[in-house]
Amino acid sequence: MIKRVTFRHKWLPYALLAPQLLITLVFFIWPASQALYQSVLRQDAFGLRTEFIGFENFADLFADPTYLSSFHITLVFCLAVASISLGFALMLAVMADRVIKGATTYKTLLIWPYAVAPAIAGVLWYFMFNPSIGINAWILRTVFGYDWNHTLDGGDALLLVIIAAAWKQVSYNFLFFLAGLQAIPRSLIEAAAIDGASPLKRFWTIVFPLLSPTTFFLLVVNVVYAFFDTFGTIHATTNGGPAGATNTLVYKVFNDGFIGLDLGGSAAQSVILMIIVVSLTVVQFRYIERRVEY
Amino acid sequence: MTLHRKFAALAAGAIALTAAGQAFAQTEVQWWHAMGGELGQKTEAIAAGFNASQSDYKVVPIYKGNYTETMTGAIAAFRAKKHPHIVQVFEVGTGTMMAAEGAVYPVYKLMQDAGAKFDPKDYLPAVTGYYTDTAGNMLSMPFNSSTPVLYYNKTAFAKAGLDPNTPPKTWPEVGEFSKKLQAAGIACGFTTGWQSWVQLENFSAWHNLPIGTMENGFGGLGTELTLNSDAHVRHIAQLAEWQKTKIFDYGGRRSDSAPKFYNQECAMYMNSSAAQAGVQANAKDFEFGVGMLPYWPDVAGAPQNSIIGGATLWVLSGHKPAEYKGVAAFFNYLASAEVQAKWHQETGYLPITLAAYELTKTQGFYDKNPGTDVSIKQMTLKEPTPNSKGLRFGNFVQIRDILNEELEAVWSGQKTAKQALDTAVERSNALLRRFEKDNG
Repeated sequence: MIKRVTFRHKWLPYALLAPQLLITLVFFIWPASQALYQSVLRQDAFGLRTEFIGFENFADLFADPTYLSSFHITLVFCLAVASISLGFALMLAVMADRVIKGATTYKTLLIWPYAVAPAIAGVLWYFMFNPSIGINAWILRTVFGYDWNHTLDGGDALLLVIIAAAWKQVSYNFLFFLAGLQAIPRSLIEAAAIDGASPLKRFWTIVFPLLSPTTFFLLVVNVVYAFFDTFGTIHATTNGGPAGATNTLVYKVFNDGFIGLDLGGSAAQSVILMIIVVSLTVVQFRYIERRVEY
Repeated sequence: MTLHRKFAALAAGAIALTAAGQAFAQTEVQWWHAMGGELGQKTEAIAAGFNASQSDYKVVPIYKGNYTETMTGAIAAFRAKKHPHIVQVFEVGTGTMMAAEGAVYPVYKLMQDAGAKFDPKDYLPAVTGYYTDTAGNMLSMPFNSSTPVLYYNKTAFAKAGLDPNTPPKTWPEVGEFSKKLQAAGIACGFTTGWQSWVQLENFSAWHNLPIGTMENGFGGLGTELTLNSDAHVRHIAQLAEWQKTKIFDYGGRRSDSAPKFYNQECAMYMNSSAAQAGVQANAKDFEFGVGMLPYWPDVAGAPQNSIIGGATLWVLSGHKPAEYKGVAAFFNYLASAEVQAKWHQETGYLPITLAAYELTKTQGFYDKNPGTDVSIKQMTLKEPTPNSKGLRFGNFVQIRDILNEELEAVWSGQKTAKQALDTAVERSNALLRRFEKDNG
């Protein structure tokens, strides 16, 4: 029999919810509404002249071919960052889960990159791949004969920011995967082993399905990360170049708003970005979550 | 935005605290600047020198990050009504600052109102030209100005059988020299920093070609870019052609290409005269020389004169008249020949007054440090024309991004020079129209 808890005071649940609601209101609803308001205005940098212009900011955006190509870049960037960081993290977590000696050391080292600020992460990779002085670029050139040049080649540049952004997120994913793996009952895996299932088979038929709630959560978080949190990395490395090859939607929001001081245009972009991410999250919850076994 | 406000509030709080400890008789003037590291120390030394020279005013210099951060920070502070008296703004922000009537207190007016001694003729025309309105009024106070020059590797020149004391004068010579250098084992002929500033904006002024209509935007907000003329297209197409054989090798935006020159990958390097200190510190295994920018000899009127980069000090409105008297006194101190000469010699920035230039000359600085006067000679080569006075475009921070993007598309072979420059002009003009609407 399920025990039902009833509150005698009508206000108590609201009081308990209040802190969370307040935080959501101040840090999400209010800024989001400001963005909505700003997106229908035209204003000079100093805020001396403001004019209501309806959807003109949006119309300008969709008339700009570079804005449309930035959708494509963002999609590639997001898919790559999410799959690389999730894939690597899962692989590392599965391996770290088996380590017996010095397990804490491995885990600590693997979690470290998460403490690095996005801009620093970007600069680290930028120097390692610098065509003139970077060690990785040198290795690519001398060993593999590949002339790496992210200042000129858009593909190289996109790869660079993908690596930098994904590398930083691996730690976070690793942490959750490891916790997820440790929550899987050993008895299930042992039983399968006794039945003669190979390690690979055990992974795909037992571990991976049981990890699905973690994987799903991380998928949502990683997509949001790749969409929103990566402008620092791009700003510190490629500035959206060369020739706009790494100009993702969120970087363009940052660049137009904070560098270019075009607040209306930038706000319109952030509204579009908000709509995209909200709908992506809805899709993820409606279609992918069905396959998750809690 | 809110973050900037918070910072502004914090900064204001910090200033209030420090002010509380000071004598109340002194009037405080806040100065936000963007000079970090060595340059920052030299900047703060100027304020300290002024504070020690009199007892009525106290200038408080505050480092606010790079140029963009300082400018956007000051603008956000203005919106929150917590802005400083003086803010250092880089040259591409000039159009935005000038359009902000009501937010900016023009320097010529400030000096007039404060009754301070001020004659615009004391200043280098090539510097002030950038910051005066069409009626000849100086709107901001020149502070750190530089102009692009050509650095070259003398050691490599000697190795290739070239005269180490003769840098190339023309673009065809640059090509010829580069081939000889490459034959002697140097990987690349030349590279450039700040491609839009050096290879388009200064290229135009140097060849007496307009960057935009209406006197490069000085004449009004209705201006349009004209960077897609035949001469521009020919120049960019030539660089793209050279990129294929590494006679020219692109090394990234801003000064990201510097390592190519430092590690002797490229034998020539075009960048700001203020980069000389950096070149000096990094050119460990070779001798370097400084030359003027190359020009195309078949373009009539070339070489004309180059234009500046760097920053000026803008005064923001909304403070007390007594405080503005302090600003005027500080500007007078800043423009004195001694202060300017010292700043010029220590940093590689141009002296802003003719007196400072003369003083540096009589002190024998240029004889002891060859190459340091190339920038000023190049800037003052001829009387500036409407094409070489400078440029004034709104939204120019973003326009530079567009120019960078389109040039990169040329270097990587995605577009021809003509296609890229046409697109660049079209995209930039859209931003100029937007600025015109925002500020009209």
